[in-house]
Amino acid sequence: MTATPQPSTLDLVADVVVVGGGPAGTWAALTAARAGADVLLLDKGYCGTSGPTASGGTGVWYVQPDPAARDKAMASREALGGHLQDRRWMARVLDQTYENMNRLEAEARYPFPVVDGRPHKRGLQGPEYMRRMRSWIKRAGVRILDHSPVTELLVDGAGTVAGVRGHRRQHDMDYRVRAGAVVLATGGCAFLSKALGCDVDTGDGALYAAEAGAELSGMEFSNSYAIAPAFTSVTKTAYYGFATFFHGDGTPLAGAGSQGGRSVIARELLDSGVVLCQIDQADAETQRLMRTGQPNFFLTFDRLGIDPFTEKFPVTLLLEGTVRGTGGIRITGDDCATTVPGLYAAGDAATRELVCGGFTGGGSHNSAWAMSSGTFAGGGAAAFAAALGAGAHRRRLSGTGGAGIRPAGSGAGGAGRAEALDVLRRQVHPYDKNYLRHGDRLRPALADLDAVWAGLRAGAAPAGGDLPRLRQAAAMVAHARWMYTSALARTESRGMARRQEFPGLDPAQFHRLAVGGLDRLWVRPEPVTGREVRELAVAS
Amino acid sequence: MIEIVSSSRCVTCDVCIAVCPTDVFDRGPGGLPVIARQGDCQTCFMCEAHCPADALFVAPLTHPAPEGSPLRDERHVTESGLLGSYRREIGWGRGRKPGARQAVGPELGRARITPAS
Repeated sequence: MTATPQPSTLDLVADVVVVGGGPAGTWAALTAARAGADVLLLDKGYCGTSGPTASGGTGVWYVQPDPAARDKAMASREALGGHLQDRRWMARVLDQTYENMNRLEAEARYPFPVVDGRPHKRGLQGPEYMRRMRSWIKRAGVRILDHSPVTELLVDGAGTVAGVRGHRRQHDMDYRVRAGAVVLATGGCAFLSKALGCDVDTGDGALYAAEAGAELSGMEFSNSYAIAPAFTSVTKTAYYGFATFFHGDGTPLAGAGSQGGRSVIARELLDSGVVLCQIDQADAETQRLMRTGQPNFFLTFDRLGIDPFTEKFPVTLLLEGTVRGTGGIRITGDDCATTVPGLYAAGDAATRELVCGGFTGGGSHNSAWAMSSGTFAGGGAAAFAAALGAGAHRRRLSGTGGAGIRPAGSGAGGAGRAEALDVLRRQVHPYDKNYLRHGDRLRPALADLDAVWAGLRAGAAPAGGDLPRLRQAAAMVAHARWMYTSALARTESRGMARRQEFPGLDPAQFHRLAVGGLDRLWVRPEPVTGREVRELAVAS
Repeated sequence: MIEIVSSSRCVTCDVCIAVCPTDVFDRGPGGLPVIARQGDCQTCFMCEAHCPADALFVAPLTHPAPEGSPLRDERHVTESGLLGSYRREIGWGRGRKPGARQAVGPELGRARITPAS
């Protein structure tokens, strides 16, 4: 160690802390501030550019409040999701999304396109949406700290979440916040795959929640991979619905497709390493609309000098894990409460099974969930903080962080970030491990992940800017262990969680899977909620 | 990945240092941003979108562009119109109309499955 002085610690107080400044976090912050809470939003990057929405853009599950249209919208993906959705939650999310999109136009003055004389609210352009969310929450009085990754949650003597600790990486300064309640809106986990905007999504919130005692759910729905031109980042799988795929020699790759044929692409990439693609099914008008709809789709092609409509180009599949999977922190109340008092979860950090079941929540459903669950969680956190009263900031706090913060044992046999990233590269990214799943390959992969987790638990605690980086590595390893533990427990194929040796749906496994634990993991079936609502709807 | 910071265009406003979600830039001599951690760049193009001077260029590759690549050549990306093209397309900058106002994509029907021949 060099003799540099210890960085000073910044001490802050807030009624509500929101961790993460993407769509869910900004809606949570806005709602809590409007409810009268003093809100501090902490982003590990920059609120306004962090995460896949800001750099991508998204469709939105915006459906007019017409009972027939709403019913159709709710029914559309139920079978795909393995019937694990909850109709009551779907209805709430459709209501809240409708309201929020209208507020975006009226209050944030988002420039929606006008089609047939009416604002067209079925999508949001990422940079514009998140730029407006940032200025909107600032106007509402929310304080924002950018480049300030949280490193752990703080709890009071009763185990109630009462603050966070973190590091301001552009000021080389640690910070601590005493808070009445905390909302985790840290996104899903894409394992640093460089899928568009996803490298900030390392599953941090799930680790912190689990360390404070929260549970996860749906972690077997975590094998999402997106199509991108090889060696590039722009994942926009929907547009590949207009594509034809080919072997390296230019002959058609039969059965390949962006939906319902992506595993064929994965298999060919495993076998030969090359899949070519040409977006040859888009007519001139469609081509024009693709460019106005999503200009960033063409950044890659324009800059590499490729015409994707007339030329074949190589593609790859990038891991999107639980960003487009549906697993996350388990929700136990309408206000997006978790099993831990004072802790709320929203957006991709939370399970999206309630609205998506076990099928990829990518695009419209995820964005609707983000803005709705953010609103619910922000309101819940503000109410929780208000009910604590004046004693909220006089509680005695202790840290909950394990791996990388409080080493277990003697420190011998410790592992660091590099070892963790290496295991993740070998055991989570490969298509034959996480995508085309089989127990014979999942079990040894999980054993390897367990071993590196033990190493991380034993390893030394770094200081300053190295701590958040190590914590992110630990979060990814923990995430992968919950994923594979749940995947092994589901001995059937439901939603996106498919097992090669169990290709069929097993009616006896019609349940969700809760999972948790850190050093020793557990998994438990949970009954599917909201069935009674659907049965009533079907009967009427 | 981020490849070019144009010292002649940069107005040393520090916006890229602030907005980069993966903290790739440091403030260098004379206030010019330097690419300090290129390996952390996630190729999201957000710095380009927010740069008010079109002084940044992100190559679309998730690895560094090779030595001699035109994607590292400021003159090439300027003359070909690629520099500043993302900001232009999303309609950011004085006198431009927000691209969001135009952003209506095609109807996405059932995805095509590649036939056998």
